Amino acid sequence: MTTDVLHDCVLGQSHGQSVLFVPKDRYIATLRKLIDDSYTMCVDLTAVDFLTHPGRMLPEAIAPERFEVVVNLLSMRDRTRLRLRTQVSEADASIDSAFDLYPGTEAMEREVFDMFGITFNGHPDLTRILMPEDWDGHPLRKDYSQGRIPVQFKGSAS
Amino acid sequence: MSDLLSTVVSAGTFEGNQELRSRSELTAKEVMREVGAVLRMSEADVALLAEVESDPGEDQTMIINMGPQHPSTHGVLRLMLELKGETVLRCKPIIGYLHTGMEKTGESLTFMQGGTNVTRMDYASPLNNELVFSMATEKLLGIDGDIPERAVWMRMLLSEMNRMSSHLLFMASNGMDIGAVSMMLYGWREREEVLRFFQKVTGLRMNHNFIRPGGVAADLPEGWRDDVLEILEMLGPRLEEYDTLMTGQPIWRERLQGVGVITQQEAIALGATGPILRSTGLAWDLRRDMPYLNYKDVDFDVIVGSYGDAFDRYAIRLAEIRESMRIVRQILDKMPGGDFRIQNKKVTPPPRARIDESMEALIHHFKIFTEGFKVPEGEVYVAIESPRGEIGCYIASDGSATPYRMHVRAPSFVNVQALPHMMRGGLVADAVAVISSVDPVLGEVDR
Repeated sequence: MTTDVLHDCVLGQSHGQSVLFVPKDRYIATLRKLIDDSYTMCVDLTAVDFLTHPGRMLPEAIAPERFEVVVNLLSMRDRTRLRLRTQVSEADASIDSAFDLYPGTEAMEREVFDMFGITFNGHPDLTRILMPEDWDGHPLRKDYSQGRIPVQFKGSAS
Repeated sequence: MSDLLSTVVSAGTFEGNQELRSRSELTAKEVMREVGAVLRMSEADVALLAEVESDPGEDQTMIINMGPQHPSTHGVLRLMLELKGETVLRCKPIIGYLHTGMEKTGESLTFMQGGTNVTRMDYASPLNNELVFSMATEKLLGIDGDIPERAVWMRMLLSEMNRMSSHLLFMASNGMDIGAVSMMLYGWREREEVLRFFQKVTGLRMNHNFIRPGGVAADLPEGWRDDVLEILEMLGPRLEEYDTLMTGQPIWRERLQGVGVITQQEAIALGATGPILRSTGLAWDLRRDMPYLNYKDVDFDVIVGSYGDAFDRYAIRLAEIRESMRIVRQILDKMPGGDFRIQNKKVTPPPRARIDESMEALIHHFKIFTEGFKVPEGEVYVAIESPRGEIGCYIASDGSATPYRMHVRAPSFVNVQALPHMMRGGLVADAVAVISSVDPVLGEVDR
């Protein structure tokens, strides 16, 4: 993976797409700088749970953690996209909310909170969004089993 | 609230109320924040809004539920509205009633099977969902530049026809919501013609699983060109009828103009895309601005509005049907011959005839359909312009035959956030028109 540097963060390439590896403590500060670089729209915010795939490809300077928050930004001026990947540890599954900079992340952060249990500090209304509010666990975590419906075949003994 | 949040990471805890709470349960600061959450603005911005009523008093307002079984909510969208008289003060969309864990399901389906899953998200434009999933998979495989020309043009044809059918469905549902019931029947009637074409090409009216990694599932059937021309000829005069019936009609204009206004800055901040963003006057269309497939080779206009209201969004969609027809006409002229899928043995199963004569082909065919093909490790985000806005697919692969994580950036999910903003200060009777003008598909919102 060839790397570069942008705003003191490691800038990598993935299939021709720019990926910026942002440390968690500089996440908001970097977003703020990127807004000035005309990345005015936050298109998507999601997360990945790398519990069962710890040895993934990362630049050398980046220490892998269990969770990764992935933010896709769009610059309408330059017609470019930039993806931010931030490592979030299992022990402290929280990150600052981007709500003040991109109000459109409100629902997306709630979805990540709901599905992965990652807390967004400073989010105005951090509640479950897709699952019922009394649901147990966070479904998109890799240690959350998918569940299945038992199928009883016709005429079977059990 | 913060105490609650610090303990929520462990399973089995109550994670706060999703519903809109009454003012008596909230402190002034919390009301402020809730209004901020509703407006999707920061607390500082909210405080600056002079027009926000400080506190109308508990006995002055009423919280009502609209949905999830309301006929105008396009499925199972539930809105909690705080009303003062007939004016909407606060509004909160509550979603999740159609959540079926499709992203989780996607992790256990192979890249070959994934199309059947994603096609069910936005059920009004299934082919666009398949297209973005296939394009993301192809990018991970590194074969995105090798797709045969005929497959690319076929994908464009189907994508544009799907845009037409989706917008015709909008015409129908929008007419029904606003009271133009005959429009509902006309819209469904025309959409049916497009679906009939889909049935002939893909075998199914919806949920086709036709666009697959590597190309499309089958070649176009005999006589497809005549079918397309027939639809185009039929649709032109019918759209003129729509104009007579609605566009120029005073009641229709009164009902929609100035309703659900959103500004360009707000739309960008909220991440709204598609007709909502274009209705504010910003000509942003991924087909033109970040071209994919062969959109750079066809001639079409990006339709923009100027007021950002419900009428603009209606007019944009109507005009986009015409633009799609224009693109389809060009596709008819440019459709090349050749293969409809890539001849890459890793991705494409051997043709049916080979199975009868070759044991290896049979094994290969069996392997591809049972185990699927392995996709190299990596992650990729691909976005295209669906009828509702930017639909994106983020796939992280760990080198196996199933995606490690498959996320779909659903345009409706993001666009629904604009609802409270459009509705605030409006009449409850206009709420129906506003929901309709956003045109959310709840299958995609909840996934």
